[in-house]
Amino acid sequence: MFKWLEKNLPKIVMAPAVGLIGWFVYGFVLWTLYISFTNSKILPKYELWGFGQYEKLWASRKWLIAVDNLLIFTTLFLIFCVVIGIILAIFLDQKIRAEGLLRTIYLYPMALSFIVTGTAWKWILNPTLGIQKMFRDWGFENFTFDWLVDREMAIYTIVIAGVWQSAGFVMALFLAGLRSVEDEIVKAAKIDGASLFTVYWKILLPMMRPVFFTSFVILVHISIKSYDLIVALTQGGPGISTTMPALYMTQTAFHKSQVGLSAASAMMMFMAVAAVIIPYLYSELRRENAR
Amino acid sequence: MQDSLKSSSYQQLEQKSKYTNMFLRWFLYFILILFASYFIFPLYVMVVTSLKTMEEIRQGTLLSWPSGLNIESWAVAWGGRGYGAGDTFLRPYFWNSIKMVVPAVFFSTFIGAMTGYVLTKWRFKGDQWVFLFLLFGCFIPFQAILLPMARTLGVLGISNSVIGLVLVHTVYGIPFTTLFFRNYYISVPIELVKAARIDGAGFFKIFFKILLPISAPIIVVTVIWQFTQIWNDFLFGSTFSFGEAAPIQVALNNMVLSSTSVKEYNVDMASAIIAGIPTLIVYVLAGKYFIRGLTSGAVKG
Repeated sequence: MFKWLEKNLPKIVMAPAVGLIGWFVYGFVLWTLYISFTNSKILPKYELWGFGQYEKLWASRKWLIAVDNLLIFTTLFLIFCVVIGIILAIFLDQKIRAEGLLRTIYLYPMALSFIVTGTAWKWILNPTLGIQKMFRDWGFENFTFDWLVDREMAIYTIVIAGVWQSAGFVMALFLAGLRSVEDEIVKAAKIDGASLFTVYWKILLPMMRPVFFTSFVILVHISIKSYDLIVALTQGGPGISTTMPALYMTQTAFHKSQVGLSAASAMMMFMAVAAVIIPYLYSELRRENAR
Repeated sequence: MQDSLKSSSYQQLEQKSKYTNMFLRWFLYFILILFASYFIFPLYVMVVTSLKTMEEIRQGTLLSWPSGLNIESWAVAWGGRGYGAGDTFLRPYFWNSIKMVVPAVFFSTFIGAMTGYVLTKWRFKGDQWVFLFLLFGCFIPFQAILLPMARTLGVLGISNSVIGLVLVHTVYGIPFTTLFFRNYYISVPIELVKAARIDGAGFFKIFFKILLPISAPIIVVTVIWQFTQIWNDFLFGSTFSFGEAAPIQVALNNMVLSSTSVKEYNVDMASAIIAGIPTLIVYVLAGKYFIRGLTSGAVKG
């Protein structure tokens, strides 16, 4: 008995972690999947109802707006974060004075919660006392910047705040990537007469492929899950114009008590994340095994 | 003759490239400072707004300097105005967050260290699959577990409590802490462990005598990562707790959204800074470890 215990001690120590994750992650996802095939309202029902909730979901105008917003947000969020991140990383890589200070400034928003970020930007972007008033007081009397309360434009305020929060992070990833390249490669290219621009454009950036890939996966992941920022900045409004899937899911579940429908929306989010993550994990594992 | 011609034209070229270089350098600094101001702008606005009176806020602009150190809004944000109902302030929720963060960080870090240790030093058949099994937990969108979690907490009788949030954050922290420790311990030579085993050291003795003493850097990374994630969480906090058990981010959001009487932006900004200050301090003091955590575990939104 004691021998057995000693031999299996490592597995026993592993058991709580595996058990907890098995139950709280896999078990719960399966439960949500099952519920998405039932006609559950306030309380879960367990008889199967087929794809009804999914049909309802994709017929819902609010959900379509949410998906639309997600596509807009993800695209812009990706482009701006990556472009700003790369520019900052390359510029910082030029033996800049006070590099440490600048890096600290670019990255500190990452330490704040989206609620804090959202609260700050909501104040800055509010038309009566924020940026709009600032420019008008400076003499630009016709200056208008009321995206926060404009149905068509409100989604872009979420992009502004989101990019502010995450661009520095892409900078950190790329800076680490650039610093890991051997000096010799750059030196050799310069001796061959390549300009600094060519060195980056033709040699270094193509070498950053894995960093591009990582940034892409992380940023898409952040944007699919984005919830806090919208709650703090617009609460999905004006109207429902800035609803996103994560907000749709919680509202349907906890305000409208449509448990089945919200489970279906959660599963759609799950599949979207899986579509990005599984190829990523696969390639990461292959890289690790190749090593 | 030809030689001298060559060298003079070369000098010209060098001169020209010197000027372009200088111009490029200025351009470089200009762009870097431009972006720095974009990043610093909201923090600056938050701080000066929190120090203004409402009268000053209405009259000045976002950037205008406060007339004095008006810390009253900070006092109101932290401790309220002293009248009973409807007086929301952050102090009790700040302590809720502390009570939630400390045990959750401790448990998740400890479990992660143990699993990381087993996965690298007591390898068994199929351990890679177990790692993958745990790792996948880093990536799931939490919406997919929100409904059953709410019910489970209800059944356990710990919904709307700090204990419930400790459980939730501990469980969903395990994939990350395991990832951190596993990746750290894998570079510790297995020979150390083998030698200790020959000397008769057991499972726990090896962990506490050999692995733990060299784990300081990864413990710092893990603790900072978990602390930041849990302190900043809003989804779990707002779904599983309300009223008195709410953590600080939820309280901040409620405070800012409550539309009683006149909107006091200075109090809002002071509250936002209070909610953000613990993680900011950690970031400024231990930025290196913060970034290391970010780049190795940054799959969470």
